[in-house]
Amino acid sequence: MSTATATSATTPSAPVNRAVLKAEFTLFRREAGSLIGILLFPVLLLVILGSIPSFRETDAGLGGIRLVDAYVPVTVLLGMIAGGIQSMPPIITGYRERGILRRMSTTPVRPAAVLGAQMGIHGVAVLVSVAVCLAVGRIAFDVALPRQIAGYLLALLLSVVVALALGALIASRARTTKISNAIGSVVFFPAMFCAGVWLPVQAMPDALAHIVELTPFGAAAQALNQAAAGDWPAWSHLVVLAVWAVALTGAAARWFRWE
Amino acid sequence: MTTTPAPLIEVAGLRKSYAGRAVVDDVSFTVDEGEIFGILGPNGAGKTTTVECVEGLRTPDAGRIRVAGLDPVRDHAQVTGLLGAQLQESEIQPKLTVREALELYASFYPDPLDWRPLAGRLRLEEKLGTRFAKLSGGQKQRLFIALALVGNPRVVVLDELTTGLDPRARRDTWQLIEDVRDRGVTVLLVTHFMEEAQRLCDRIAVIDKGRVAALDTPSGLIRQAAGATVISFTPSAPLDDQELAALPGLASTAHKDGRVTLTGGDETVNAVLTLLARHHITAHQLRVSDATLDDAFLDLTGAGQS
Ligand SMILES: Nc1ncnc2c1ncn2[C@@H]1O[C@H](COP(=O)(O)OP(=O)(O)OP(=O)(O)O)[C@@H](O)[C@H]1O
Ligand SMILES: [Mg+2]
Repeated sequence: MSTATATSATTPSAPVNRAVLKAEFTLFRREAGSLIGILLFPVLLLVILGSIPSFRETDAGLGGIRLVDAYVPVTVLLGMIAGGIQSMPPIITGYRERGILRRMSTTPVRPAAVLGAQMGIHGVAVLVSVAVCLAVGRIAFDVALPRQIAGYLLALLLSVVVALALGALIASRARTTKISNAIGSVVFFPAMFCAGVWLPVQAMPDALAHIVELTPFGAAAQALNQAAAGDWPAWSHLVVLAVWAVALTGAAARWFRWE
Repeated sequence: MTTTPAPLIEVAGLRKSYAGRAVVDDVSFTVDEGEIFGILGPNGAGKTTTVECVEGLRTPDAGRIRVAGLDPVRDHAQVTGLLGAQLQESEIQPKLTVREALELYASFYPDPLDWRPLAGRLRLEEKLGTRFAKLSGGQKQRLFIALALVGNPRVVVLDELTTGLDPRARRDTWQLIEDVRDRGVTVLLVTHFMEEAQRLCDRIAVIDKGRVAALDTPSGLIRQAAGATVISFTPSAPLDDQELAALPGLASTAHKDGRVTLTGGDETVNAVLTLLARHHITAHQLRVSDATLDDAFLDLTGAGQS
């Protein structure tokens, strides 16, 4: 049968699309809530805690470091949690709920480009937040910069991947923005606890610490602490992080729905 | 044209069910290149389901769809490159401005139109800096029309093209669609406005309860409809009801205050005049009103009987 021939359009179906990335970045800058949560909240917490005199005294229970030293990694993780769990999932669920992804799927660009852009933008925002916390800690409170740089970067990268994958999983399971926000909040508090917001992991009783070390943010906290102190992070923590990263990414990819 | 090219859109035996209920049941039609093809039908008839199968947004349960020879589901990536869509319901990112949206969507296509003149024709130039969420309903609709066209597609599918537009914007949009067609673009259009269908469409499929109730040119549909011509007069002497009832093509008879109102087809008009002449009856204030696409629609979709 002689049917009309299709124009062989080059189909930019790659998950990374520069125009989408640019548009989503513009939109991200317009989201005051996300910016405050990821970029301001962690460093603000650090400044407040660091201003309390007792936080700047060495603590025997923490192995001779000061509380403010222990809280820099905590605020680093806080930025990740705010970005991956609080900020990103409702954006993606909202896009799906409003039919924005559906509209985009009638164009040559796959809606996966939006997911990719959101993960990229939130990943970078989290890394900026980390850099700000480390810099403020160093400049304002004399907290030493991470000594085992390569180990720190590896742990950091794995942690960011875990946080984004967890966010993608929430976005994949939540039908509506409301549910997405609710799941985000439910996951938020245990995640903050494991990251050591209330009690740094080093200060937790051993039994508790061993359990917390199996959670993504508990393992991340320990790995970051060890690298900050100048040691290569224990493989057990890195393996826990890697397993979480693979499992969460796999689950998100399996369950993600565009409509 | 001397040769008959293969139709650009082919829909054959399309079927789609939700929860065991067929909402589109054995729908078939073809749209030729450069044609404006309309789909009319009552709410819930299955129009959106049909065109979204053509767009590849829904997967048919049965039947065959081809757009330029491509399967919209299997060859989705290629079809999206040559098909522009305006959906009945959709949104874009609420904080994206009109300009950003046009730039973004233009960037998706290999050979897009310049979006500025397009925005101008749709009277969006004053709104380029406005965020989507802050646009009025009609402005959003105009933006969606622009987004459907900005990729310079070979086929545009427009689901309720001018719903929510003011009369002037509606007329501007019709002109725009005619110009687009004059460039050779094929248009598949869902509408509830008979004036729009009559002005734009070369052919129309009337869909009712998931089935094609009629498929013809607008004037062909009007001719097909029973009882769409209304003949009314005041006879100088009483008429025999039985003779009236025997008129060809007659759909209904009514008497009121000595005035007779008949509905029927074209042939009924001549038959009435012959009947009157035979009995030497004069018809005072004889009125024959033209059937409209509206009447044809109501007749074809069975909504007129209720
Ligand atoms: N996703 C869906 N799930 C379940 N039922 C659906 C779905 N989409 C459509 N339907 C049903 O299919 C029928 C046809 O819907 P469709 O949207 O195609 O109608 P339509 O002709 O476009 O109507 P309208 O003029 O109101 O836009 C309706 O009864 C609707 O309830
Ligand atoms: Mg519809």
